[in-house]
Amino acid sequence: MEALASLTVAVVVACGVYLVLRARTFPVAMGLALLSYAVNLFLFFTGRLVSGAPPLLGNSPSASADPLPQALVLTAIVIGFGMTAFVVILALRARGELGNDHVDGKGEQP
Amino acid sequence: MNHWPIVPLLLPLTGGMINLLLTGRHPRAQRAVSLVCTAGLLVASLYLLGLVYSGDFFVYRLGDWAAPFGIVLVLDRLSALLLFTTSVLALLTLLYALAGDDRRGHNFHIFFPLQLLGINGAFLTGDLFNLFVFFEILLIASYCLALHGGGPARIRAGLHYVVLNLTGSALFLLAIGTLYGLTGTLNMADLAIRVAASAPEQAPLFRASALLLLVVFGLKAALLPLHFWLPGLYSSAVASVAALFAITTKVGLYAILRIFTLMFNDQGPVSEAASTVLPALGLMTVVAGGFGVLGAQRLRLLIAYLVVISVGTLLAGMGQLNVKGIGAALYYLPHTTWVTGGLFLLADLIAHQRGPHDDGFTRGPPPAQPARLGLLFFLGAVAAAGLPPLSGFIGKVLLLRSVALTEAVWLWGVVLLAGLTALIALTRAGSHIFWRTEGEAVAGTAAGMTRLAPTALLLVLSVVLTVFAAPVSRFTEAAALQLLTPERYIAAVLARGERP
Repeated sequence: MEALASLTVAVVVACGVYLVLRARTFPVAMGLALLSYAVNLFLFFTGRLVSGAPPLLGNSPSASADPLPQALVLTAIVIGFGMTAFVVILALRARGELGNDHVDGKGEQP
Repeated sequence: MNHWPIVPLLLPLTGGMINLLLTGRHPRAQRAVSLVCTAGLLVASLYLLGLVYSGDFFVYRLGDWAAPFGIVLVLDRLSALLLFTTSVLALLTLLYALAGDDRRGHNFHIFFPLQLLGINGAFLTGDLFNLFVFFEILLIASYCLALHGGGPARIRAGLHYVVLNLTGSALFLLAIGTLYGLTGTLNMADLAIRVAASAPEQAPLFRASALLLLVVFGLKAALLPLHFWLPGLYSSAVASVAALFAITTKVGLYAILRIFTLMFNDQGPVSEAASTVLPALGLMTVVAGGFGVLGAQRLRLLIAYLVVISVGTLLAGMGQLNVKGIGAALYYLPHTTWVTGGLFLLADLIAHQRGPHDDGFTRGPPPAQPARLGLLFFLGAVAAAGLPPLSGFIGKVLLLRSVALTEAVWLWGVVLLAGLTALIALTRAGSHIFWRTEGEAVAGTAAGMTRLAPTALLLVLSVVLTVFAAPVSRFTEAAALQLLTPERYIAAVLARGERP
């Protein structure tokens, strides 16, 4: 289970980094979204992988999930979502103002 | 419990929210709200500076949840000093913006207070995740302010800035997640205890998260391999925004200083090497900035590279992690923030008066007010290059005295050479703009007092810092001493009992 979880995060991060390094704004925005998904998963996993347990302290402390990563990941999701929306709008605006969708704004060299 | 530490957050938050409601209908009321909350911020930060003068810590527990379970704000000498530096810069840049810059877009008065909220929050918070949240507030406001006024140059530089910082935020969260997974806490004081008490086999993971944090904060501060976004962004932003951004790089430096004195100090498993790596990084940044200054063909770009030099110089001092180094850097910090802020405003005045030649180093018409602007430029150049008698010189002397000559040939050489290159570049800029002119001044471009006064005040603050050099440097050394005894910080944050 742990190995699968870490492998998932690793693959998503790798895809995200690859896309962020592309030259056009659409893959970059996709890459940023993937990176934020990977980070959210990672944050979620920092509370250890517990299944079938509520995030509440009951009589036996072993049978509960850590609630804090869940709160953190909620914050991170909201911020990541807002930022991704912003970067998409900015990319569209850049397409309009600069006349092409290259991140450096220079377009195809003839 | 003293409620003053939260005032620097509540004031701009309220101001920003009120301005959001007033958008589009009451532009004059928006200006008044921004002005009132920024002026209030200056008063509050002065009061806070008085509170911490004796060396006490003021811990504000939000919702009265005791640390480490709740989020705390911690006010000490360092954060009070930075709050004060910010609020002075903010008030003067706002006054400049009110002369017309704020009308070049719709939302200036919403994001200006929110930018201050993010900066102040980052200086005050005692919780690592909360630091991330305030960084994001700071960043989203700075994205919008950087794009204020529109135009292709701003959009291009803004896109780079946003993409880089979103990647940086992902790394920040990875570092926070690693630290939480290792220790089960995010309160910085509690983290400090647990890092110090950690098992040796965990040390590589702590090192990894410390370095991730260094990368993230280095990106915000514009350290060497991560500084390429800064010149484009700062040189294209509207003048008052660029001047305000003079403080945002210092937020990254503040965070580096805080975590490497509190959590990853030399007693921990991490950073026996920090005090050699950080100054080296700083000096390399200074070199990169020096080349940039020499190569810049526009005044705004030149000043943006001066920001890079100042960041490197500050890190070279702070990174030594001793009282003299940090004290010198903290004396240099308000000086360089105010002076570069003032220079950005001045560059805007000069560019406006040169018409189509803008701020390029070309043979163009003389400025309409050559004597006033020339005098201000002279003052700013002397302060920024670190020539005697102004505060840049005092800051550099303090910095050079913080290391013995036998140990740090590098520091002396690099810092002095950077001063020389800045001097050469500024001299060239000044002679191009004020002396190598042709034709008549562009009519109707003379600046009124509403623009001249804030610019002049920011630059004259360097003189004030010179006059009060002794008390200011005593205070900054006390702040450095406080930072280097993290036991008292930890004890203050984790103190139990003491209910209001």
